[in-house]
Amino acid sequence: MRVELQNIRKHFGEVRANDDISLIFEPGKIYGLLGENGAGKSTLMKILSGFQKPDGGKIILDGKARRFDSPADALAAGVGMLYQEPLDMPPFLVLENYLLGQRRGFAVNARQAAKDLRELGKKYGFDIQPEEHIRDLSLGERQQLELLRLLAGGAQLLILDEPTTGISTEQKVLLFDSMRKLAKDEGKTLILVSHKLDEVQDLCSQVFVLRKGKLVGEAKLPCPNELLVNLMFEKLPPRRERASREQKQVALELKDAVVATPRLELQPLNLTVYAGEVFGLAGLEGSGQEILLKACAGLLPIRSGSMQLGHQPLDQLDYHAARAGGISYMAAGRVEEGLVAGLTLTEHMALVDQEAGFFVDWAGSRARTKERVQHFQVVGTSESTVEQLSGGNQQRFLFAMLPSSLKLILLEHPTRGLDIRSTDWIWQQLDERRKDGTAILFISADLDEVVERSDRIAVFSGGRMSRVVDAAKTNAEELGHLIGGEQ
Amino acid sequence: MDNGQLIAVLASILLQASPLIIAVCGETLTERAGIVNLSLDGTMLLSAMTGFVAAHLTDNLMLGFAAGAAVGAFFALIVAFSSIQLKQSQVATGFVLTLLGDSLSAFLGQEYTRLPGPSVPHFAIPILKDIPILGPIIFNQDGLVYFAILLIFATSWWLFRSRPGLELRSAGERPEAAFARGVNVRRLRYLYTVIGGALVGIAGAAYSLDVKIGWSEGHTRGLGWIALAIVIFGGWSPVRGAIGALLFGATKAAATVLQRAFPEVSVVAFNALPWLLMIGVLLLVSNKIVGRLLVNAPPALKRPLQRMLQVAPPAALGTELKNE
Amino acid sequence: MRPGWLDRIWPLLPVLAALAFTSVLLLLFKASPVVAFSAMLEGAFGSSERILNVIAFWIPLLLCAAGLLITFQAGLWNIGIEGQIILGSIGATWVALSLELAAPLQITLEILAAMAGGALWAGIAGWLKTRGGVHEIFGGLALNNLAIILTNYLISGPWQPPEGGSFRGTVPFGEHALLPLFDGSRFSPLALILAGTAFSIVMIALRNSTWGLKLKALGRNSRSAFLLGVSSNREAVLAMMFCGALAGLGGAVRVLSWFDSLRQSISGGIGYLALLVVMLAAYRVLWVPFVAFFFSAVLNGAIVLQLRTQLHSSLGDILTGVMVLFVLLLGDPIRLRGLRRAKDDG
Ligand SMILES: Nc1ncnc2c1ncn2[C@@H]1O[C@H](COP(=O)(O)OP(=O)(O)OP(=O)(O)O)[C@@H](O)[C@H]1O
Ligand SMILES: [Mg+2]
Repeated sequence: MRVELQNIRKHFGEVRANDDISLIFEPGKIYGLLGENGAGKSTLMKILSGFQKPDGGKIILDGKARRFDSPADALAAGVGMLYQEPLDMPPFLVLENYLLGQRRGFAVNARQAAKDLRELGKKYGFDIQPEEHIRDLSLGERQQLELLRLLAGGAQLLILDEPTTGISTEQKVLLFDSMRKLAKDEGKTLILVSHKLDEVQDLCSQVFVLRKGKLVGEAKLPCPNELLVNLMFEKLPPRRERASREQKQVALELKDAVVATPRLELQPLNLTVYAGEVFGLAGLEGSGQEILLKACAGLLPIRSGSMQLGHQPLDQLDYHAARAGGISYMAAGRVEEGLVAGLTLTEHMALVDQEAGFFVDWAGSRARTKERVQHFQVVGTSESTVEQLSGGNQQRFLFAMLPSSLKLILLEHPTRGLDIRSTDWIWQQLDERRKDGTAILFISADLDEVVERSDRIAVFSGGRMSRVVDAAKTNAEELGHLIGGEQ
Repeated sequence: MDNGQLIAVLASILLQASPLIIAVCGETLTERAGIVNLSLDGTMLLSAMTGFVAAHLTDNLMLGFAAGAAVGAFFALIVAFSSIQLKQSQVATGFVLTLLGDSLSAFLGQEYTRLPGPSVPHFAIPILKDIPILGPIIFNQDGLVYFAILLIFATSWWLFRSRPGLELRSAGERPEAAFARGVNVRRLRYLYTVIGGALVGIAGAAYSLDVKIGWSEGHTRGLGWIALAIVIFGGWSPVRGAIGALLFGATKAAATVLQRAFPEVSVVAFNALPWLLMIGVLLLVSNKIVGRLLVNAPPALKRPLQRMLQVAPPAALGTELKNE
Repeated sequence: MRPGWLDRIWPLLPVLAALAFTSVLLLLFKASPVVAFSAMLEGAFGSSERILNVIAFWIPLLLCAAGLLITFQAGLWNIGIEGQIILGSIGATWVALSLELAAPLQITLEILAAMAGGALWAGIAGWLKTRGGVHEIFGGLALNNLAIILTNYLISGPWQPPEGGSFRGTVPFGEHALLPLFDGSRFSPLALILAGTAFSIVMIALRNSTWGLKLKALGRNSRSAFLLGVSSNREAVLAMMFCGALAGLGGAVRVLSWFDSLRQSISGGIGYLALLVVMLAAYRVLWVPFVAFFFSAVLNGAIVLQLRTQLHSSLGDILTGVMVLFVLLLGDPIRLRGLRRAKDDG
């Protein structure tokens, strides 16, 4: 299907998310869509897939202008979109999830549908179990299901918005293979939205680049990465080499620590993290690394064994005592777990003010907020509410709220969804902290990031922690094997 | 107590629980679609009053139930409109309607208290009533009881086995995803809020026309809240909810028996029972308690405990659809 | 676009709609709305004694509404406030019946006991919520009923008057145990001072205190608030107990000035009414005293109406309830405009 976008416009208040964008996608090809955070990629794709309505402009499919009232409308016309977080029903069975939205019959013929689904999966190399619950599947498997649903719904144009975050290497290979097959054998059009240039280079034959809501360039691939980076960012500060660790002081030590949630019980953990060290944790989501991080933050109790911060035992610590003791924890969901929507930046600052008395020192808090906002280059004012900030700026502001001296920072996916520039900035901040002897323990689903940024690495798989590997002597591939459960 | 007496007690428990079962099924439908209709207590009072007055004036039982259902549907429509269209808090609207239903029933029903009126006739189902034990308990009742029993299975089938039920649940679990698949979330939520409300209205009328015949101020006060609590206890499943309603009826029956056996214990202790029970069962199924139990339970018990106790509300209960 | 003047009188619309609705009800009962409303008006403001009654009824209502501003700020639906008033009354009664002290000391102890009683009941609801995972609406509601049952038990059991087993109330307390009243009315200036103080404290706490800010964060997103260092469970229970203490104080005012003994249905529905007050004021602090006063006038008027016309006094509750409902449905022209736009689109 040939897809043409003409003069698409979409404004959110003052923000011009899409500003007069015109594009053409030809059948049988895979396209990349690039741009920094907030460039307007997702907005454009949501408009194309019927999830949002444009303020102006036309969508033309095979020469016919179309208007979509809903994603289902768009799918009926042949446009399907795969969201980063799959839009599925976690409590449903795989089969129910597949049936939902298919309009045929009143009562459900479960057996026939299950057979159809299995066969469809086989065709694209996916192994589907219709009787499992969606919530028990990995992100990659959920993605495969969504893909099948869209294909079964008759999608001719497939949009994938950052599809490779949080899925395993094998799943990624499988996904890319099926994408190539769809384009070549079935003549479908595919659009890949991603921040990872290597993936785009690997898969796509052409890219479009957005900046601040405008189309600023296109390129035939392969081409040098620098060219793409220059198109995406007006200027990019040079990457700084990071210093290697020198101190040998123990910051955090776990001995035979057992932590459990109702869903998963970790094998006893033994782990030492040194002051000034960056320690990376890899693994598929839900393999236990989040549980370890929460236990270190005092959010989950240690049921047996011991944990020490420096020389101080931490076994019975609760979260607030851990905070007071110099441990900071940053969860993955910024607005759900970390910031309070509806409160201004100043109010946040006043809230975390450790010297606060009975009355709020509004003037002092405002002054401090202004100073931090400037220093941490947050785009926003002291009176903005946090939900008005973009994702990257929310992350910056979270860093701005950290106390000045810390022993240990625990981070869940610190750069998830951030573009190269913000990612670099975050790691620079962390590097500064490292120099003061702060230990950093972080989780990331991006294996390249784990290898590149850590001093040492451990991998989780099914509640068990692998041996600790030296980041300088490993690579993403080895980690991939460890994730698969090899020792 | 001999067998005959026991059967009579069980049959009366079933009769007493029937309106509660109907209300629980109705509210379960509503909440599964993602809307909390908190107004149950007021709705049931007003529909009990309206149902009785309509039946009393027309001498027609069916009109009584129809009037009750209409009241319930109308209150539910207000909840649906204010939350879906105006994005007001469902709790706020529901709470105001709770109070309003109570005071409206007192005002409008003031001239109809303690009057005789028609009541649902007894109707034993031939053949089935002769099944030993079950026959006299289940099939030697009146139409309302049969309706309640059928309703349990009908709503359960609808929710978990039919395609419309799939869409209904999807609206309550993740409306954005449902919308993406072409489910008309708003329309579904309207529909099931109104249907659920109508059932609650029928339940209210069932009290004044069958279980506690007649009308007086505050006739069913408190029962709406009990029904709301049972929906939670039932884990948003009609069958479990019905079991909850029956257990509640059984406890009340047991209390009556005990009260007769121990007349020296103050009547107060027995009045307090339903409310203590309400707190007790909500504690029992709450995530905090169940989570603690599960972590410490022996592995063999984990699965059954989880199945028995862990309930999860529809994930999007009480939230609105965000599609822009 | 709607012309400006319509926007300005828009807030009156729910009030007019509510009056129209109640008029229809009155006509149904063949009563003249004009007569009825003027009876209510006269019932509320017809004499200085009646005005003093309105003020006396207003005081506990204001106390409860002030407490609810705190719990709403923390995102809590303190429906259990009825029970907290009742426990306050019981606490005050307990001191009044068991001690014989000089008036100032006696009254101080009564008030403290009342506040403790309300705080205790609220604390239980808060504890059930934070530790037990029982939503405060259900916990509070059960506790309301338990408080009513407890009152009935006390006045028909241990605190039954010697002359016999009526279900009506305890013996009237002695002069020294009651709040000093203004000129033979039910209005106690001391209670007014207490309520004014409580309201000011609430206002300051919400605007300028660290605690108020913590509650605000808690109410908007308890998970984030917790991660930012707010002890969410403790603050939630504290907010409940604070509200409970004010409600308990309101309960003391009820037994020690409005009545002179513990009675059945001692709370008079003031707790639920206070919830309506705060909703009608749309959670704006400064509106609360005025709305509360207005509601007090309506309910006092309705009592006189019942005496005059034999119409059930629940008409007053209907009027207040319908008004809040119409505010929810019509009160916000912006939401309604959004509605119209949606229709134009479709
Ligand atoms: N629903 C919305 N309401 C208000 N502003 C929005 C909304 N959706 C997007 N925006 C704003 O529009 C701009 C473009 O957002 P969009 O999500 O399309 O960016 P993106 O290119 O996908 O960024 P990212 O790489 O971070 O995913 C941003 O400034 C964003 O803050
Ligand atoms: Mg995006």
